[in-house]
Amino acid sequence: MKYSEEYRDRELVHKLSRQIQELTSGPATLMEVCGTHTMAVARFGLKSLLPPQLKLVSGPGCPVCVTAQEDIDAFLALGSRPQAMLATFGDMVRVPGSTTSLERERARGVQVRVVYAPLDAVTLARENPQKEVIFFGVGFETTMPATALAVKVAAAEGLKNFSILSVHKTMPAALQVLLGSGEVKVSGLLLPGHVTTIIGPEAFSFIPQKFHISCAVTGFEPVDVLLGVYAIVCQLADNRAVVDNVYIRAVKTPANPRAQALLAEVFRPEDATWRGLGVIPGSGAGLREEFARFDARQRCAELLARVPPAKPSACRCGEVLRGTLPARDCPQFDRTCTPSQPLGPCMVSSEGACAAAYKYERE
Amino acid sequence: MCLAIPMRIIEIEGFRAVAEVDGVRREARLDLLPEVAVGDYILVHAGLAIATVDPEDAEETLTFLRQLADEVQ
Repeated sequence: MKYSEEYRDRELVHKLSRQIQELTSGPATLMEVCGTHTMAVARFGLKSLLPPQLKLVSGPGCPVCVTAQEDIDAFLALGSRPQAMLATFGDMVRVPGSTTSLERERARGVQVRVVYAPLDAVTLARENPQKEVIFFGVGFETTMPATALAVKVAAAEGLKNFSILSVHKTMPAALQVLLGSGEVKVSGLLLPGHVTTIIGPEAFSFIPQKFHISCAVTGFEPVDVLLGVYAIVCQLADNRAVVDNVYIRAVKTPANPRAQALLAEVFRPEDATWRGLGVIPGSGAGLREEFARFDARQRCAELLARVPPAKPSACRCGEVLRGTLPARDCPQFDRTCTPSQPLGPCMVSSEGACAAAYKYERE
Repeated sequence: MCLAIPMRIIEIEGFRAVAEVDGVRREARLDLLPEVAVGDYILVHAGLAIATVDPEDAEETLTFLRQLADEVQ
C-alpha cells in the first residue's frame, strides 16, 4: 500500500520514539482529538513508545460516539414509517438507543441497509421507488461533502423518496467548548488530518492563540502519529504554541475551495447536541431551505415530535469523550459494558475509545 | 469514521473514477478534485476523493524523518 507502508516503518517509528523521549522534559497531557487517531494509537501500541511523563487522552472526535441519544432515538423512530428503508454507515448499526438499536429493529423486520457512501443511499432510493429511503447523516467535516453531494445528486434527479437525518457536526466549535470549560488540562492537541483536508489548518489557529495549546495536524499511520507528537513536544520545549501541519502530503493551505463551496451550498450552521458536551451553538449542519424537501426532520416532523426524551443510562461515554475518564477506568468497562453488550456508542463504534481499549489494551 | 485510504486512480470518466488499493477497486467521485489524472493517488472517504496525496510532499516528510533519525544515531 503506497503512502501507507512507508509510514509504518519500524526503524523510523523507534527513532522518532527515542527523539520524543529525549525532548520530553516534564509531564504533559496530549489529546488525540480524532477517533481514528485513538484507534491507530491503540492498534499500533503507540502509548508504549512514549515516555511515562507523556500522557495521551482521547477526545470528542468519534462522530458516532458524540451523536446524542435523542438523535439516535429519532433515527430509530423513523423506521416506523410505512415504507421506510433506513440507510446508515455500518458503525451505527449496533449503537444502543434508549430502548432498541438498528440491529434489533432490523431483526424485527425494519428495512436497514448499511451503505459505504451517502451516494449509495441515493442509489437505494432510485432502485426502490416504492420505499422511502432515509439516510443517517453522521460525521464531521470529512464526511459532510459526501452527504452534500448525495443531496445534490438526489435534487438533480428529482428523487422524491430520499431524505437525510443530518446529525453532522463541525469540529472547531466542539474544541472551543471543551478547552474553554477548563475541565480537561492538555498541553497539546493532535488534530484530525482528514477533517483538516476539508477545512484547512487555519480553522484551528484559535487554539494556540486563545488557549496557548500546541497543535499538530497529522495523519493516521504510526509514523504520522508519532511525528505529530514530536512536533508538539518540540513546541513545548520552546514554549511555543502554533498549529504545525505534519501531514503535508494530504493537507494543504488553504483548504480545498470546492469542498468549502459545496458545504456552504447544501448546509447551514445550526445548534447541535453533542453527547458529553451538550448543546453547542452553530456546531451542527442542517439543510438549506433549497434542499428542505430532503430534510427528514421537516418531512417527518410530526413523528419526530412524538419521540420520548432519551432515557438516562449508566453509560459514561460523555466523560470519556471529554477526556476526563480513561476508558479502562470506567466502572462499567469490561463488566457491564462490552462490545457484545454495549451500554453506549464508545464501546461499539469502530473508533470509539472504549472499543479501542477493549480490543487492544485490556490487561 | 474519518478513515480515508490512499488509492491509485486507474480510470476516469467525468466526475467518476475507479481507484485501486491492494487489488481492491472502488468507485470514487472526483467532484472536489477535478484536476486529478490516471495514476494519481487520492484519499477516498465515503465514496468521495477528499484530497490528493502529493508525491513530493510525501517524500519530503520521509527525507526529514531519515535525517532526524540520523541525528539521533
